This record gives sequence, C-alpha cells and structure tokens, in this order.
Amino acid sequence: MTALPLRDPSSAGTDAAVSAGVDALVAQPYRYGFVTDIETEKIAKGLSEDVVRLISAKKNEPAFLLDFRLRAFRLWQRMAEPDWAAVSYPPIDYQDIVYWAAPRQQARKASLDEVDPVLLETFDKLGIPLTEQKRLANVAVDAVFDSVSIATTYREKLAEHGVIFCSFGEAVAEHPDLIERWLGSVVPIADNYFAALNSAVFSDGSFVYIPKGVTCPMDLSTYFRINSGDTGQFERTLIVAEEGASVTYLEGCTAPMFDTNQLHAAVVELVALDDASIRYSTVQNWYAGDENGKGGIYNFVTKRGLCKGARSHISWTQVETGSAITWKYPSCVLVGEDSVGEFYSVALTNNRQQADTGTKMVHVGPRTRSTIVSKGISAGQSSNSYRGLVQMGPRAVGARNYSQCDSMLIGDQAAANTYPTIRSQQPEATVEHEASTCRLSEDQLFYLQSRGIAFEEAVSMMVSGFCRDVFSQLPLEFAAEADKLLALKLEGSVG
Amino acid sequence: MSDRPPLLEIRGLRAAVGDLEILRGVDLCVHAGEIHAVMGRNGSGKSTLSKVIAGHPSYRVTAGQILYRGQDVADLAPEERARAGLFLGFQYPVEIPGVSNREFLRVATNARRLARGEEELDTFSFDDHLEQRLALVKMDPSFLDRSLNEGFSGGEKKRNEILQMALLEPAVAILDETDSGLDIDALRIVAEGVRQLAGPDNATVLITHYQRLLEAITPQYVHVMAHGRLLRTGGPELALELERRGYDWVDAEAGLGSREDVAV
Repeated sequence: MTALPLRDPSSAGTDAAVSAGVDALVAQPYRYGFVTDIETEKIAKGLSEDVVRLISAKKNEPAFLLDFRLRAFRLWQRMAEPDWAAVSYPPIDYQDIVYWAAPRQQARKASLDEVDPVLLETFDKLGIPLTEQKRLANVAVDAVFDSVSIATTYREKLAEHGVIFCSFGEAVAEHPDLIERWLGSVVPIADNYFAALNSAVFSDGSFVYIPKGVTCPMDLSTYFRINSGDTGQFERTLIVAEEGASVTYLEGCTAPMFDTNQLHAAVVELVALDDASIRYSTVQNWYAGDENGKGGIYNFVTKRGLCKGARSHISWTQVETGSAITWKYPSCVLVGEDSVGEFYSVALTNNRQQADTGTKMVHVGPRTRSTIVSKGISAGQSSNSYRGLVQMGPRAVGARNYSQCDSMLIGDQAAANTYPTIRSQQPEATVEHEASTCRLSEDQLFYLQSRGIAFEEAVSMMVSGFCRDVFSQLPLEFAAEADKLLALKLEGSVG
Repeated sequence: MSDRPPLLEIRGLRAAVGDLEILRGVDLCVHAGEIHAVMGRNGSGKSTLSKVIAGHPSYRVTAGQILYRGQDVADLAPEERARAGLFLGFQYPVEIPGVSNREFLRVATNARRLARGEEELDTFSFDDHLEQRLALVKMDPSFLDRSLNEGFSGGEKKRNEILQMALLEPAVAILDETDSGLDIDALRIVAEGVRQLAGPDNATVLITHYQRLLEAITPQYVHVMAHGRLLRTGGPELALELERRGYDWVDAEAGLGSREDVAV
C-alpha cells in the first residue's frame, strides 16, 4: 500500500478539528459488558502449589498432567515478569487472583438441554446461539465460560469424519495419549513468564484433532467469555492437524465491564504435519477499560504454530480491538521444508489502550516462506506497537519472508511504534520489510463527506479500506463481523 | 436573468482560515439552466470559494450567507449539502487506499438517492446504473475496481469526478479547475461530460484560470475574482478579454494594486 502523505506542520490546526470529530465518535458503548447472574463455584484467591494440585484434582487429571503443572509452577516461581514490551501497568498481584471459577452445575451435561438456560441465554446475547435450532450454520462452537467449557456443538457430526473437537478437559479424559504427546511440544512450559503461569493453572480450553487426510467439514470456533470480576482466565488450546489434514478455526472473546482489571493468560499451540493446513483467526473484543483507562482485560497470550511437516501451512489472522493491554505475538516455527507461515493482523487501540503485538517467523527448514501483514490503528490517547522477529536459521536455504507493517493514526494524541527485528544466518534467504505510517486526513474525510457520506461512515470506510488486506484473509462471516466491530469501536452512534 | 428564484445565491460571503481572511465579501447569483465561470489568478480565492460552499471544515464563515434554494446552508455539514444537491468537483481529488471506487460510488449515490426520496440501489441495479454513466466519461471499467483515485493519472481522476457528478445529479455543480493537468483529449472528454450533464434544471459553476475550457463549454456569465471578491461580471467575451490582456487591468479598474493576493 502506498503511504498516505503526512500532513505538513502548517496544517496542524486542522488536525485538531479531525481529532475533535473523532473524539466525539469514540465515546463508544461496549455491547458485551453485562454480567451473568449465576451461582459460581470459586476457589480462594491466591496461587501456591496446593492451588495447582487443587485445580488438577478438580479436573481428575492423570499424573502426567499434574506433573506438567507442577514443573511449570516451580519454574514460574523463579521467572520474572517480562518488562520489554511498550506497555505500562501497575504491578499485578498474582495472589489477588482467583485461579478457578465455574458456574455451579453438575460436571458436564450429556446434552445441551441440560445446560443451565442462563448460560445458553448469555451466549445467545453474545450472538453465539448454542441451542440445536439456532446454531450457527456450518460452524461448530466450543463455549468457554470463566474456567470451564460449557458446551460444544456438532460434536457427533464431526466425529463421523474422525475429527475430535471438545473441551480441553474432555480431551484429557478421553484422549490422554494425544494430549500427553502434543501438550507443550510447541510452547515449552518455561517458554515465558505467562506461558509458564498458564501451564501451571490452565483450566479449560479447546482441543482439535484432524486425522490424516481429512479436511474438516466445517469451521471450528471457540468463544471465550470471562464473567467473574476477580477471576483470571487461563485457557489452553491445542490443535493438531495430521498429514494432509486441514482446518479453519475461529476464536472470539468478550468480557463484562468491571472497573478492575482481569488477567487473561492463554496458550495456543498448533501443530501441522506434512501437507497439513491450519488457519487460525481471532476476533478479540475483551473489555478495553473506560475512556480514562479504568478497568479492562490484561491480555498476555502466547500463540505459536509449529509447521513440523513438509509443505505444511499455518496462518494466523487476528483482529485485536479490546483489552486494556495486549501482549501477544502469534508465531510460526517453520521446520518442515517448503512450509508456509502467515500472520495477518489488525490491531485497533482507542482511549488509553496499549497494544504491543506482532509475530515471530522462525525459518528453520529450507525454502520456507512467511508473510506478515500488520495494520495498526491508534486513536484517542492509545499506544499501538508492532513487534516482530524474522529469523533465518542456517538450514533455511532459499527461505523468504515478506513483511508489511502499516500504521494509521487517528487524531493527534495517539502513538504508533514499529519494532522489527531481522536475524539471518543464511545468506541465501530473502527478507523484505516495508513499513508506512499515515494519518486519517481531514482532506480525505472531506472528500467522502462532500459526496454525501456521513463523517462516521467516512471514518469507518477509510479504516476498513486500510485493513482490507487483512480482512480478506478472514472467513466471510468473520470479515463482516470484524468490519462492524471496527466501525463500532470508532462510532458513537451504533449499539 | 430568469424570473425564477436562484438555485444558489451568495451574499456578502466572508471566510477565513485561522485569522487570515480569504473571502472578503463575495456576491454571486446562479439560476437553473445557467453556466457560470469564475476566473482569476492563483491565490485570488477561487478554490476557497468552492470549498466554503461545500463546507470544508478548515474555513470559517465570518459573515454573509450561502443560500441554496433559498435556505442558508452555511451551518450544514458537508454531507448534508451534498445530499441536498451541491457538488464540488475537486481540483486535486485525494487518493483513498483500500476503499473500492465502485463501492464508494454506490454508497455516495445511495446517500443522494435516499435524500431525494428514491430507493437505494442494490449492487446489481447499481452496476447497470453505473454502466450507462461510464460511457459519458469514456472511462475504462477497470477503474471501478481499483482503490478510489489511487494511482490514477490526473486525467483519470478528473474523469472520475465527472462520473461522480453524473451519478449524483447535483442541482449545482462547482467544478474547481477541472481543466488543470488535462491533455487535449482528456479535456475534450471532460468538457463533453459537463456539457451533456448541464440542463434546464441544474447549474454549473466552472472555476478556471484559462480560457481553453471555456472554448468547449460556453458560459453565459463570466466573473473575475481577485482579492477575495468577484470584481467584475460579464458575458463570454470577458473571458476572451482576460485571455488577451491578463488580469492586471481588472485590478487597476477596481482601484487595487496587482499581485497582492494571498496564496491559498
């Protein structure tokens, strides 16, 4: 994309006008801020080896998993919280968090009819109907509420194709061999501070297994909902695509509005064997805090895909609009020869949100290829950073990377930063990096307005236009959703 | 002039950007069926006049009125003026990356249609509607699927402006330096488009500082702008005189020193 010209300093006065107009727009309501009134079982606040054992016991886990957790916990205790990201927040008191919360109901219900109607209603309100009649056509959903998965749709239909799609807890019970084999194989327990924490206390999440040669017959989706005000959410997602398998996976998230911060530290691991393909898309709309920066989710997430097999393909697409703080770098480790990694990202920050997000493309095998397209939009007084690593290892002969990082500034108080790192130990690898920064200019807005297009719609058209390269990577319904979400984040009139 | 009430009437219009006054009392009366030309040097305030009429937020109206169909529109947002039927053809149409030209044209057309009490056009009916108007500006349909004005040549941008005018069917079209940067062929196409769109129910105001556009489109009225005012009005012969004698004599007759204009 061509960089738009930055306005010359003499027109600074008119930027203030754009800024004022945009300020009026960004007093946006958060539609998903309600709390579900449901009796919740919680353990006491605080974290210790006993708490780790308690979580494992509540889930009746096998010994290998308790051992996994305890090793992670012991390592975590010796680790320090990372401070290199361009975000600032008061120290997190890890003893002031509840590590397990679940709606009080009998274990897991055999059928959806037995799920508490209040929960079904909650997901209905979020636009994720779980009941048989209203289910999303051709998308299977795993719904996670606080620490537990409450329902997974279309399981039987998927099972006919040999596809396993279930909550992490069920996977541990029903397919312990697969979990033992793959858990931690992409993100080691001591990978980083937050991943270690997650490995110690993770509660639930989703597990996907696509057998050899199978193209998953429908899109799979997990919807994460934080409901409790003092509970951290630590979910774990593991997706394994065997040789020649392929799957498209979507992840959505929302949370109520609290004036305290909630910690979300997830780990997602993807494994693609020979010729397998995984497309993983996220639309993240956690609560972002109010206009003064009070409340909101702290989102510290480790997502990594391993292209283990030759010609395997992993694609991350993310639309990040929520969270007070985003710390997230969905990455690909390209081991298999001719494997392909992709990262398409839109990160929108507004008010006082801080996002430090990007990707790592680690090229190990020969002729591996990766593409990075990152679009950062900063409005209000927010800060939006792209941080990326492209690494060409000694065996990565003929490997190629193309990176494009574009930033758009709205108003005159937002910040955009780009921190790309390139390391190459292979002279026959190619790395290309392009970056641009533009400002939503008054003249562009005026041009659209002078054709009868209202200010808000003009802003939203330009923002969607800016993000088009990324939205085109999203599954169709998701793309429309993402477009609406961005408009909502920037418009005062909707919702 | 006609007995009908004017479509556009500008009375004593003064406007400033910051503390700098650029329009210093403009009076202009435009009736349906008329073509006007506003001529003047660079910096005389011509472009500012067109932007103020369209509602550009950088300019502050400090005095006077902009009456469109008898109603003062000076407080209306630019989009409201556009939907009501005012159109500004830009001298330098901006590029908007990622926004499809076709989609933009459809959204704009529908905004105007809704304001006129007409039905919105869906994608398919709009494409038919668009095809008819495309011929008018001899535009290659491939431009529709590119980003709005992005990478268009000067001539392509101007044709895209005329295409927008053809779709929006404004009552008053103000074309700011539509001839600038055009080669002869492009100029002919643009002029032909403007001529075909001009009719008994609408009016056109051409802003230019060259005679050559006026050879293709003959205005009934020619106004000379200098120092933020329309100093002189005449028929088409005035344009020829300006071409021959330059602008200094107008300043002299008005008792003003030449070349005092501020850059706009």
